[in-house]
Amino acid sequence: MTLDSESSLTASAPAATCETLVELKNVSFGYTKARQILSGINLIVPRGKLVAVMGGSGCGKTTILRLLCGQIKATSGEVLVSGQSVAAMTHEQMYAHRRKLGMLFQFGALFTDQTVFENIAFPMREHTELPEDIIHDLVLMKLNAVGLRGAAKLKPSELSGGMARRVALARTIALDPQMALYDEPFAGLDPISLSVVGQLIRRLNDALGMTSILVTHDIAESLKIVDYVYFISEGKVVAHGDVAAIKASRDPFVRQFVDGQPDGPVGFHYPAKALAEDFA
Amino acid sequence: MNGVTRWLTRLGASVTGGIARLGFATRFFIAIVRLSGATFARPQLLLREIYQAGVLSLIIILMSGLFIGMVLALQGYETLVRFGATESMGMLVALSLVRELGPVVAALLFASRAGSAMTAEIGLMKTTEQLAAMEVMAVDPIARVVAPRFWGGVISLPLLAALFSTLGIYGGYLVGVRLIGIDAGAYWGQMSAAVDWKYDILNGVIKSVVFAVAVSLIAVFEGYDATPTAEGVSAATTRTVVTSALAILALDFVLTVIMFRGGAG
Repeated sequence: MTLDSESSLTASAPAATCETLVELKNVSFGYTKARQILSGINLIVPRGKLVAVMGGSGCGKTTILRLLCGQIKATSGEVLVSGQSVAAMTHEQMYAHRRKLGMLFQFGALFTDQTVFENIAFPMREHTELPEDIIHDLVLMKLNAVGLRGAAKLKPSELSGGMARRVALARTIALDPQMALYDEPFAGLDPISLSVVGQLIRRLNDALGMTSILVTHDIAESLKIVDYVYFISEGKVVAHGDVAAIKASRDPFVRQFVDGQPDGPVGFHYPAKALAEDFA
Repeated sequence: MNGVTRWLTRLGASVTGGIARLGFATRFFIAIVRLSGATFARPQLLLREIYQAGVLSLIIILMSGLFIGMVLALQGYETLVRFGATESMGMLVALSLVRELGPVVAALLFASRAGSAMTAEIGLMKTTEQLAAMEVMAVDPIARVVAPRFWGGVISLPLLAALFSTLGIYGGYLVGVRLIGIDAGAYWGQMSAAVDWKYDILNGVIKSVVFAVAVSLIAVFEGYDATPTAEGVSAATTRTVVTSALAILALDFVLTVIMFRGGAG
């Protein structure tokens, strides 16, 4: 999965194989007819890999995760998970599909009326018949994996942002999901927490044999841990490749993103009238 | 002409929007009833909500009941003394409370105290993506979050209304018998002779059950349907209190017409 030419960065769609877990085929989506979020996206995530989806704010990254969870349906194209169309799933199939995935929300989405322990135990209690003593041990193991066994009795309101993100991470992997979706896991974290969360995501992916999709704009941390990167802009995949290809790329979009340059294909300003007209 | 067209368009949008919302609320109610199995299969979920909605509302309900009973006795005495019928004080206080004030005022207080809390809690869970997280975990938020709160409210309010009436009657006793000096035997005797178990008490209980369903449904619906922003939750909480109050008073009129129009049964 290396990219060896600039043309392949922007033009070619990746090819699906029997190892493909997730495939988006020409997917378009818009919350209103006037504003399309995704416009004919093609994306493939092989089993066992950690794939990052990057792009500027509002480019449709989180929308891809919501399509994969079945929270929204594509207006055209197909979202396939293990070869099965998410949009065509019945209610029962959708719930079976969701039981196999874990999602880390951007702000954690921890249940504020429950303790850290209860938050991790929640999916276990809802979906398994395990006795309480086994759940107790499993929860402490998950918390230990994210370094927060000692915080089991705390409420989410007593946690720092980084701790809350780690608890949410432990809840995401509570049932050892087949696929983990991470929505901006690095947002608002201090450098130490950021590095710890990044390494955890990588280690958990490999240790549990998961497939992970990471939506982020943190290019530096992501390139340390992911296997493959998709860049999205204006609802389209504009570049994709493995870490080495991304680092070596001379594609203007990739360079602007990787180097954090203010000028380039991605405009800083939201579309507006000419400055002179507004200040006239 | 343009102005008229715009006005008609707004009116049409408002009417169709209202009908759509009513339809959504009806489907929501059906979903709650359909998904209530988990609530009753896991009593700890229901007990938690009964505690939140019922037990935590006890202070305001008991104190309000006591004071309303006391005021009722004072005001009643002023009128009854003109007709030399002060011994009917017990009947007046009990019938006023059991038939009307108990169910209605308890429901209004419940909507303000517990209904608004339910809306705010569910609305904030939506705002902070807790409901979305539950959905992604293959747990239906209507079954896990909404139904226990709804049934917690439905069970709590009739009990609170009964306690409200009980404290009100005791408040009437304190003022009428202990303060003003009406004969205690007359107070309790007139009451037990005049208050009919089925006609007065059962109808009062039916009223409070109907109010409980209405208030609880409005509270959970407004929370679930809230715009997921700070001002959206604030507006939803306000709507819960206003809509509940109007629904309680309108339903009270309808139920009173149905129950009491034929005189004593």
